[in-house]
Amino acid sequence: MLEGTEDEEKFLAAGIAGLQQNSFYMHRALDSNNLKDALKYSAQMLSELRTSKLSPHKYYELYMRAFDQLRKLEMFFEEETRHGCSIIDLYELVQHAGNILPRLYLLCTIGSVYIKSKEAPAKDVLKDLVEMCHGIQNPVRGLFLRSYLSQVSRDKLPDIGSEYEGDADTVVDAVEFVLQNFTEMNKLWVRMQHQGPARGKEKREKERNELRDLVGKNLHVLSQIEGVDLDMYKDVVLPRVLEQVVNCKDMLAQFYLMDCIIQVFPDEYHLQTLDVLLGAYPQLQPSVDIKTVLSQLMDRLSNYAASSAEVLPEFLQVEAFSKLSNAIGKVIEAQPDMPTFGVVTLYSSLLKFTLHVHPDRLDYADQVLGACVEKLSGKGKIEDNKATKQIVALLSAPLEKYNDVLTALKLSNYPRVLEYLDVPTNKVMATVIIQSIMKNGTQISTSDKVEALFELIKGLIKDSDGIPNDEADEDDFKEEQNSVARLIQMLYNDDPEEFLKIIDTVRKHILTGGPKRLPFTVPPLVFSSLKLVRQLQGGQNENPFGDDASTTPKKIFQLLNQTIETLPGVQAPELALQLYLQCAEAANNSDLEPVAYEFFTQAYILYEEEISDSRAQITALHLIIGTLQRMHIFGVENRDTLTHKATGYSAKLLKKPDQCRAVYACSHLFWIDDRDNIKDGERVLLCLKRALRIANAAQQMSNAARGSTGSAVLFIEILNKYLYFFEKGIPEITVASIQSLIELIMNELQSDSATADPAMDAFLASTMRYIHFQKQKGGAVGEKYEPIKV
Amino acid sequence: MVLVLALGDLHIPHRAADLPAKFKSMLVPGKIQHIICTGNLCIKEVHDYLKTLCPDLHITRGEYDEETKYPETKTLTIGQFKLGLCHGHQVIPWGDLDSLAMLQRQLDVDILVTGHTHQFTAYKHEGGVVINPGSATGAYSSMTYDVNPSFVLMDIDGLRVVVYVYELIDGEVKVDKIDFKKTTTTQSAP
Repeated sequence: MLEGTEDEEKFLAAGIAGLQQNSFYMHRALDSNNLKDALKYSAQMLSELRTSKLSPHKYYELYMRAFDQLRKLEMFFEEETRHGCSIIDLYELVQHAGNILPRLYLLCTIGSVYIKSKEAPAKDVLKDLVEMCHGIQNPVRGLFLRSYLSQVSRDKLPDIGSEYEGDADTVVDAVEFVLQNFTEMNKLWVRMQHQGPARGKEKREKERNELRDLVGKNLHVLSQIEGVDLDMYKDVVLPRVLEQVVNCKDMLAQFYLMDCIIQVFPDEYHLQTLDVLLGAYPQLQPSVDIKTVLSQLMDRLSNYAASSAEVLPEFLQVEAFSKLSNAIGKVIEAQPDMPTFGVVTLYSSLLKFTLHVHPDRLDYADQVLGACVEKLSGKGKIEDNKATKQIVALLSAPLEKYNDVLTALKLSNYPRVLEYLDVPTNKVMATVIIQSIMKNGTQISTSDKVEALFELIKGLIKDSDGIPNDEADEDDFKEEQNSVARLIQMLYNDDPEEFLKIIDTVRKHILTGGPKRLPFTVPPLVFSSLKLVRQLQGGQNENPFGDDASTTPKKIFQLLNQTIETLPGVQAPELALQLYLQCAEAANNSDLEPVAYEFFTQAYILYEEEISDSRAQITALHLIIGTLQRMHIFGVENRDTLTHKATGYSAKLLKKPDQCRAVYACSHLFWIDDRDNIKDGERVLLCLKRALRIANAAQQMSNAARGSTGSAVLFIEILNKYLYFFEKGIPEITVASIQSLIELIMNELQSDSATADPAMDAFLASTMRYIHFQKQKGGAVGEKYEPIKV
Repeated sequence: MVLVLALGDLHIPHRAADLPAKFKSMLVPGKIQHIICTGNLCIKEVHDYLKTLCPDLHITRGEYDEETKYPETKTLTIGQFKLGLCHGHQVIPWGDLDSLAMLQRQLDVDILVTGHTHQFTAYKHEGGVVINPGSATGAYSSMTYDVNPSFVLMDIDGLRVVVYVYELIDGEVKVDKIDFKKTTTTQSAP
């Protein structure tokens, strides 16, 4: 192989040398006006192009060198004719060249001058040349010769408005000439594959592909002819070109030329000749990559439609959509081996087309999806990566176009297409849908739409076929479920009745999610429900639907209870406790004491039975005390039970400092500013004293265990609580009790075993500063603080 | 001049889908030197988003935070000011100014920032400031009805801090400002 390449280099070098030598003599002859010698040496120079030893690529290099020389020769001929030499004689003279290939090159060159001289009608010369070129049947040599002909003649065609147009020369002749040359070139090109041994076929096809532009150039020339208007294109050009394309039965040529037609001629022409153009597709070889060319056509038409609203009526007039749609159907039938990827690509392009051209015709979009489903049926889940990517593109198109998932929800075939995606891709698509909703802030406001939406994203909502997907990456899973949680925020309606229906629908779906998903999806559902409760409160005090209506806070709370119940079973007791407390406060605000009590009970049970981590206990207890402090619905008995329990939990925390803090926090359960019935100074004092005892115990324990007392910070905290309630005017909190607490702290600090703690010092200092501050405030507060000595 | 963004209680994704678009377009990277977040973000994506706005990010733990490593309280010094940060569910009664003042004394800070109530407040109190930036997403709260999304931007310059509160009311961003001047340069014990 390598040797072959080296040989080729040698042949090329020899060719170039021969060419240069003869061109040197040719030039010398030209300089001395020796026409005979000039023709002789130019013919010898051109003989180098007779070689069969070069690959097309190398041959091209040689050809280009010859081409340059021929330009010079052409200029010489022009000069000659201007000096009275007969062009007709010259035309005859060059035919004496011995070999046919040099002869034809010379003829084309002089022919070009001949046309320019206008001594004969352009069409006659062109016809003569294009027919004489038949003499070369070797594909490579023929292709380059005809390419030369095309090159020298392109500016001399009798086009409309051209100087070569005449009574006898019309654009018809120009077109006829180019078409003929195109047809012959294509035949040569196609034949090229049969030259040489069968084993070199692959390489040859590659080389052949490199020459395709020589053929395609003719189509380009045709597109440049002014006189080729729509009528001529429709009546002559396109049918003739397609005839050649179809008849050549060559995969490479068909693919290239179909694409070329689409690229070089204007979109408007394509639109007006859709029937003819599309009619050719099913006639192409089954192996031709039709999806690519057809997609290209649809993409171009889509862009054309997008370019200006004025062109849209044309699309309607020619019924472009139905024609494309039919054509796709036929092509797929004609190519039973087309991969799924190809099928989907076609429908994806068609969908893009219809979204551009007929944005108002959702039924068309649905038809496209429906047709796609039909073609996919029986194929099962699609696992080919390229195909699933195309399906994602297909399904994303309507979302992108309308920026609104609601439109996609109206497409009945949309979920049917989704069915064909494998599990991972289904999730990708679901994520795309959710992202579209988020990006556009789309509110989904009816339960029907929510139902439809969950159908689309069910890949994220539950395990497919009930099999948990354990391989999934933990972070990815979290991200997915969080996106579902975000989505739930978008599902609402200001009308409570509809909102409840939405919540019911969401609930039904997410409860199928299994233990791993529930901790993600239950909280948003709970808060949606609580928003609904608030909506009901916000309106009137009376429920607009009456007590029997389904939308009562009571009913919602029942549902909430059942929903949250699922969480402890899935190892999320802390979350469940938090949600119960949220519900309890909401029930409090809805004046539903038994309901609120029930929620508290549930929270307490979880606290007692499920929450064992000491840090989690502290947080839970803060939330319990904080919520309980805010509850105003409870009667004395219920309240007592709950506060008693809470205080009990506080004293049972693991670490003494935590106990102490929780206990003094409980003091707030017995004295609430704006609640006349909760003003139990004695119990406040009891809490604070109990906190003090615990603080003392903590100090002793620390002393026993470490030989030094811990920080006195707990005492300072308690002092602050004393001051707090002192200011509230609780009679049990006296100046004396504060005074003795200050002394206690001072003693602690002076104790030998006290540990240095700058944070505590600062705390004490700011507390003392506070007392000063209050003293100096004057008025009732100042008076109150007056007796405290520091 | 130093800009400090204070925000919290986003409750994403439990109670809100995202920050309001209008806030997002205001909060661009490179303008803010510090972010202090009271907690309840609640997920890593939100943490990462805040990090893109400003790498110097301080967070305390809210009860719904997925990340359990955030501290319960945090103090930091910015310029002449000592700031304290806490989510606030630990301070009972919730949102009670006098109770928060005790925390302020305990942390020994000039500015205390807490959340939990979803109600924007800013008080000058005992020679300091107590701020609650509200909920940046306007998340549902059992304590506050009709929560408007809000956050706070503090412009700290020498002994002076200007507290800007941005609140989204009926789709419009309203800005309010509170000026605070520190009288003593130090509050630490002698």
